[in-house]
Amino acid sequence: MSEIRIQGVWKYFSKGKVAALKDVSLTVQDREFMVLLGPSGCGKTTLLRCIAGLEYPERGRIFIGGRDVTDEPPRKRKIAMVFQSYAVFPHLTVFENIAFGLRMQKRPNAEVKQRVNNAAGMMRIENFLERYPAQLSGGQRQRVAVARGLVMEPQVLLMDEPLSNLDALLRLQARAELKRLLQQVQTTTVYVTHDQIEALSMGDRIAVMENGAIVQVDAPTQVYDYPGSLFVGGFIGTPPMNFLRGTVKSMNGAFALNLGGQPIRAALPANVQAGQDLLMGIRAENIEASAQRSPDAVPARVLVVEPLGSHLLLTVQVGETPIKVQTRMDFNIAPDQTIYLRLEPKQVRWFDPETGVRYDASGSTELK
Amino acid sequence: MATPQYTGDALAPPLTSPLTNKTFARRMESALPYLLLLPSMLFMLIFFAWPMVQALILSVRTPDGAWTMQYLERMVRDVNFTDALRNTFLIILIAIPLQFAFAIAMGLLIQAKLKGSALFLYFWTIPLAVSDLAAGLVWLAVFSDRGFLNSVLRTTGIMPIAFSWLSYENYGTLLMAVVIAEVWRATAIVMVIVVAGLQLIPDDYLEAAEVFGATRWQRLWHVTLPMIRPSLQVALILRTILAFQVFAVVIALAGRAMPVLASEAYNRYAELNPNGAAVYALLILTISLVTTGVYLRLLRTSEAEMGR
Repeated sequence: MSEIRIQGVWKYFSKGKVAALKDVSLTVQDREFMVLLGPSGCGKTTLLRCIAGLEYPERGRIFIGGRDVTDEPPRKRKIAMVFQSYAVFPHLTVFENIAFGLRMQKRPNAEVKQRVNNAAGMMRIENFLERYPAQLSGGQRQRVAVARGLVMEPQVLLMDEPLSNLDALLRLQARAELKRLLQQVQTTTVYVTHDQIEALSMGDRIAVMENGAIVQVDAPTQVYDYPGSLFVGGFIGTPPMNFLRGTVKSMNGAFALNLGGQPIRAALPANVQAGQDLLMGIRAENIEASAQRSPDAVPARVLVVEPLGSHLLLTVQVGETPIKVQTRMDFNIAPDQTIYLRLEPKQVRWFDPETGVRYDASGSTELK
Repeated sequence: MATPQYTGDALAPPLTSPLTNKTFARRMESALPYLLLLPSMLFMLIFFAWPMVQALILSVRTPDGAWTMQYLERMVRDVNFTDALRNTFLIILIAIPLQFAFAIAMGLLIQAKLKGSALFLYFWTIPLAVSDLAAGLVWLAVFSDRGFLNSVLRTTGIMPIAFSWLSYENYGTLLMAVVIAEVWRATAIVMVIVVAGLQLIPDDYLEAAEVFGATRWQRLWHVTLPMIRPSLQVALILRTILAFQVFAVVIALAGRAMPVLASEAYNRYAELNPNGAAVYALLILTISLVTTGVYLRLLRTSEAEMGR
């Protein structure tokens, strides 16, 4: 068992003036792939470094495999780490780089050789073992860094933006490969990234961080479809979720949202009252655009048309608010035209305009 | 004055100067680096290359212009020659490892970012600003018969009778005094180079080593030292070459009691024997060149490691 349990961790920088982590608690299950996602400066790397032991939290405890490691140095924690810069030693060959951890433990030569070859085989760098890092490409160096971690058969594998230094095409390939590999070895993994697509595509669960706190921990589809707050909805997805503000009004005994004069019929959260303001969130792909007026469609003025190959991305203005809409490539539209938007009722989410917290179906606000 | 003009026929050579503004600018640009190098080249030629050639000639030619090996023979047969050679090498063999051990330890202390470690750097580099002779005189004040060391030993009662640390009869303590003064004087420059090298190591490497189980000593031995090898190499070559020329400190502390190669060269010159001085100078040059060559070979970074 090697679950990671983080309990109420606080971390300060600049002599206590800046709180980088504010009461962070998180449990990563045994063999789980947990992604820490957030914008730069949100504390995700600091949290990873606290798990690694490269930073010590001022308050809170960290357990790995049920053992309190809060006060242990990194080398006693049975962890391995892949650094953003790879930190592959330039003065050692690929073989000795991968063997580094085993050498420090003074393992017998035969064992080192066998395990290094094994790890190198997994990362498909077995032909470069005698080379020096300077003779490798960025992608190959990244593989060396991962192999150096895997060879330790650690309880926990920590990865700090391991793909961010690769070019776009290589990153796509490396992402799928890394995912396959980690499914194979089934090591408990904490993976830090600011790239939400990486998070969505790789993680078993995603912990979204904002300003030193975890704001939502959920499966990728859940985080995408049911963002816990305005921040999460606005951070995840390309384009991010659209938000429209409206007022609840009573219509034929039921409630509807008045959006610039146009009532929207969708399941509103329970316990709403007429006259209350609500924020409606909906993703670009859940809006159907049409050139024809229809009774429940919202009129909008087209601002920008961006053909993206697989679809058109429209920026349109609803009332005062610009939102993004996704349509088929053959949708014939030009800027300044008026189009009519039908919002997929099941995909509409509601948020409290004051706190930014999402209302769940039963009406109580939820925030993890 | 002729102005550039086209003849109309592109293939025919222009009748007047082809040096239009454009080609002139281009020529200036390619000549500029050489023009900028010229002053220092001249300086090197006049003050280094030419005296070197002169010294070479002085050492193998009599004033009458005959080629000879007599100066070389005279140097080798001189009573002080083996002593000078031995003393020079002994000072180097003892002082340089000490300088490096101290410099690395001091560099690591500064890099440890302890409170006030920036002050250490200023404090430790003070000897850099002190001239060789002054450094020798400082330590003379310590080690002379009526020096600080003896008075401290006497007043504390450890050693009631003054000891002649610098007497030629006490070769061991004389050598020790010279080595201490040399180490005090020249460790700073090694430390400055080491600190510069240490600052170039990104934290990531040491953190990676820490995560992968390296203890403090293992990090020093397997990561820090290999990564500052280029700096150590520079410092080693610099220090060794300068140490072969060790002179003022020895003269100040030992006078004639401890001949070294450079002091012998000076003595020959003072005896109005420029040929004898030139042979010594040439010997120092040869030894320095050979040592540098050996260092470069032993410490070189493989081409593969540098990514070629």
